[in-house]
Amino acid sequence: MDTSAMILFVQTILSATWRLATPMIYASIGEVFTERSGVLNIGLEGFMLLGAFAGFAVAYFTGSLALGILGAVLCGLIFGLLFALFTVTIKANQIVVGAAFNLIGRGLTGFLYRAWFVNKAQGVQAFPPIDIPYLNAIPFLGPVLFRHNILVYCTVPLMLIAGFVLYKTAFGLAVRSVGEHPKAADTAGVSVSLIRYAGVLIGTTLTSLGGAYLTLAHTNQFVEGITTGRGFIALAVVVFGRWSPKGAFWSSLLFGLFYALQLRLQAIANITIPYQFLQALPYVMTLLTLILLRGRAISPKALGVPYQKSA
Amino acid sequence: MSPETILRMENIVKTFPGVIANDHINFEVYQGEVHCLLGENGAGKTVLMSILYGLYQPDAGRIYYKGRPITIRSPRDAIRHRIGMVHQHFMLVPTLTVLENLILGQYPFFRILNNLDHVAQKIRAMSEEFGLNVDPYAICGELSVGEQQRVEILKALYHGADLLVLDEPTAVLTPQETSQLLTFLRRLAEKGLTIIFITHKLEEVMMVSDRVTVLRQGKVVATVNTAETNPRELAKMMVGRPVLMELPRTRCAPGEVVLSVRDLHVLDARGLPAVKGVSFDVRANEVVGIAGVSGNGQTELALAIAGLAPVSHGSIHLCGQDVTHLSPRARSQLGMAHIPEDRHGMGVILPFTVAENFILHDYYRPPFAVQQFLQQRAILSYAWELARKFDVRLAHVEESFVHLSGGNQQKAVVARELARRPRFLLVNQPTRGIDVGATEYVLQQILAQRDAGAAVLLISTELEELFAVSDRILVMYEGQIMGEVPPNKELIEDVGLMMAGKSPKSDISSWKPAPRQEIVCEQPIACETIIEDTGDKEKPV
Repeated sequence: MDTSAMILFVQTILSATWRLATPMIYASIGEVFTERSGVLNIGLEGFMLLGAFAGFAVAYFTGSLALGILGAVLCGLIFGLLFALFTVTIKANQIVVGAAFNLIGRGLTGFLYRAWFVNKAQGVQAFPPIDIPYLNAIPFLGPVLFRHNILVYCTVPLMLIAGFVLYKTAFGLAVRSVGEHPKAADTAGVSVSLIRYAGVLIGTTLTSLGGAYLTLAHTNQFVEGITTGRGFIALAVVVFGRWSPKGAFWSSLLFGLFYALQLRLQAIANITIPYQFLQALPYVMTLLTLILLRGRAISPKALGVPYQKSA
Repeated sequence: MSPETILRMENIVKTFPGVIANDHINFEVYQGEVHCLLGENGAGKTVLMSILYGLYQPDAGRIYYKGRPITIRSPRDAIRHRIGMVHQHFMLVPTLTVLENLILGQYPFFRILNNLDHVAQKIRAMSEEFGLNVDPYAICGELSVGEQQRVEILKALYHGADLLVLDEPTAVLTPQETSQLLTFLRRLAEKGLTIIFITHKLEEVMMVSDRVTVLRQGKVVATVNTAETNPRELAKMMVGRPVLMELPRTRCAPGEVVLSVRDLHVLDARGLPAVKGVSFDVRANEVVGIAGVSGNGQTELALAIAGLAPVSHGSIHLCGQDVTHLSPRARSQLGMAHIPEDRHGMGVILPFTVAENFILHDYYRPPFAVQQFLQQRAILSYAWELARKFDVRLAHVEESFVHLSGGNQQKAVVARELARRPRFLLVNQPTRGIDVGATEYVLQQILAQRDAGAAVLLISTELEELFAVSDRILVMYEGQIMGEVPPNKELIEDVGLMMAGKSPKSDISSWKPAPRQEIVCEQPIACETIIEDTGDKEKPV
C-alpha cells in the first residue's frame, strides 16, 4: 500500500469508528447511571433489541423517524419500569432479571418481526448524514468527524450533559451516594427507591435509543438479533470507562475502532485470516481489556445489592 | 422552673420475628438535657431511636415532639422535625467530600451544584463555632474514625437539629477522644441542644448525663436523675442482677515461646499496607493483649496469624515451625485455635445446625466421617457433650445456629475452639455484642486456657477487658506496635495516648505489673508433642 492508500484506509476506519461506537455510547452512558445508583442491568442486549425493534416498527407504520425515536424511548421506559419493579421494589436477583430481559428482548422482537414484517422487504427512510458545511471539506478530519447523521453527533452533547448531571447536580450526587452507601443516603433523607428507579430508567431509555440507532440510522431495517452482542459490550465498556460518562464515551470509541478494523480487514482481499476470526475481534478485545483491568477498576460499593431498609 | 418536655414517646411497641424489641416503652426527654439511654446489647435502645429517626415504623405507640403528636415515616421527616442522629456505623459516603455529604438530600434534584463556596464557608464557620476542626473539601473515606464522627455530628447540626441522638458514639474512640466528645456534648447542651446518648458504659453515663433511662429486654426499667444514682445501682438495673465482673487476679510463670511473629507485613483488602513490621512473642501460660482503636491493623494481623490473609513480608512461627504460608487447616492441626472477630462472617455458618458448626474443623475425619460418610451418631453425641460442657443453652443440637442468642452463639464458637485443647489461642474481639453474663464467661474461659498451658493472643478494643485478662499489653497504632504496657490500671490513660499515636505521659518501663496472686498452672502443652502429619499442602487464600 502506498502512503495515500494508507491514509485513505485509516480515514475509512476512523470515520466508521464513531458510527459503530454510537449504539454502545448510548447504552453505556445510560448504564453508568444505572450502575452508579447501585443496580446492575445485564439485560442491555435485550433492551437494545427492544428499542431497535420498537423504533423501526413505529417509524415503519407512521412513516416518521421522530415518532420512531419516540417509540424507542417509550419502549425503554415501559420495559425499564418493569425491570425496576422487579429489581428495586421486589428486590429480585438482578442477574436473573437481567438475563430474563435478554431473553424477552430476543424472543419478543423475533416473534413480532416474523408476525409483522416477514414478507415486507422494504425498510424505512433512515436518518441521512448531515455534512457540516466547510468543516466537512477539511482533508482527513472532514470525513472522520463531520459527515455523520444526527444521532451520531448527539453522542457528544449526551456525554457532556450526562457528566454534568452526574457530577454537578443534586440528583447526580444522590445517584452516586445511593450506589455507594444507600443507607447513608436514606438517613440523609434521599429516597433510595426513587433514585434507583431513575437510574434504571435513564439506562433502559438510552439503551433503547442506542438500539433504535441501529435500525433507523446505521441501517434502515430490523434484522433478528441485529445488536450482535453490542449490549454486552456496553456492559464491559462501563467497567472499562470506570463508571463515568466520559470514560464510557471514549471506551465505546475504542470498541468502535475494533469493529471498524474488523470490517475493513475483512474487505481487504489479500488478508488470509478467516473472516470468523476477524469478526471475533471486538469480543476478544473485550475479554482482554477486562483481564488487563482486573482489580484496578473500583465499582460502586452497593452495585447489585438490593437495599433493605431494616437491615 | 420545671423542665420543659421536648420529646415524649408513648407505649412504643416494635416486634421482629421472634423478638419483642420494644415492649410498651415510655420515654421522655427534657429540653436542653443530656439524656442517656442505657442498656445491654439487644435491650432495644437502637431500635427505639431508629423509630424516632424514621428508620423503623412502630407497631404501636405515639410520639409527641415539641408538644405535638407527630408521625415519622422516614429520616426525611425526622430531619424536617429537626431531629438528627449519629449512627453507630457512620452514614457518610466514603467517596464524597465532607461538603457533599452534608448537602446530600438537602436540595431539590434539579439544583445545579456550582458555587458551593458559601456552603463551605458556613461549614467552616460552624466547625469553628463548635471547635470541630473539619475541612469541607476533605474526602470522607480518608478521614480518621474520630474525624468522621465529627463530620457526622456536624452533618446533624448543619441539617438544623435541635435534638441530637448519638448511638454508642464512643465505641470507636480512644479514651482521650471520648472525654473530648463528652465535654463537647455538654457544651452543645449548654447552647440549648437536647441530646440523647445511647451507651452501655456506666462511666460515660455518670460523666455526661443529666438523666438516664435504663432499658432491659425491650422494657424501661427506670428513669433516674444521674446525680441521685451510682454505677453499681445502674449496673444492677441494666443486667437485672448484681454484677461481679471481677476476674481472679492471677498469673502463671510464662513458659516457652509458642507463637513468634517477626517483622510481619500484611496488606488490607484494598492492597494498602495495614500491618507494617510487627514483631512479638507469645509464651505458654500467658495472655498477651493487643490494644488499639479498630482499624489500626488488628484485623489484618489476626487474619494473617490465622492464615486467612497472605503475608507480604516477615514470618510467623508456631512452636518453632514456620507456618507463614501454611493453610488454616494445617495451622489448626498444629494446635492453633481462632475465635474470630466477625462471628457471623467467619466463626460459623449461620444456616447450619449447631452440631454441624461444632465439627467444622474435623468433619472430614474420624470419628465424624468414615470413608467420606458423615457419622451422625458420633457427631450428635459430640455436640451434646460440648454444649453441656461449655454451657451452651439450646433446645437441640440439630437446631439452626441462627436461633441461638448472641451470647450463646459466642459460647458455641468458644466451645468449638477450646475443645481442641489449643496450644495457641487467637481471640479477636470476643465480647463484642454479647451480654454481661456471657462476657464474664468468655473471659473466664480464656483465663482457664492460659492456666491449662495455652498461649493466648487477645485482640480487643475494650481496654477494661484487656486490663482484666492480659499479662502484658501491646498497643497498636497504624499497623505498628507503639510499645508494651503492663496491665496496671493507672496506665490506662497512657495506653489511650499510645492508641492515638502519641507518647505516653509516664515512663512505662519503670512500671511493674500490679501484684497478682501467683498460681500454679498446669504444665504448658509441650511443643514437642507429636504433630500429626497433615499431608495438607494448601496455600492460604
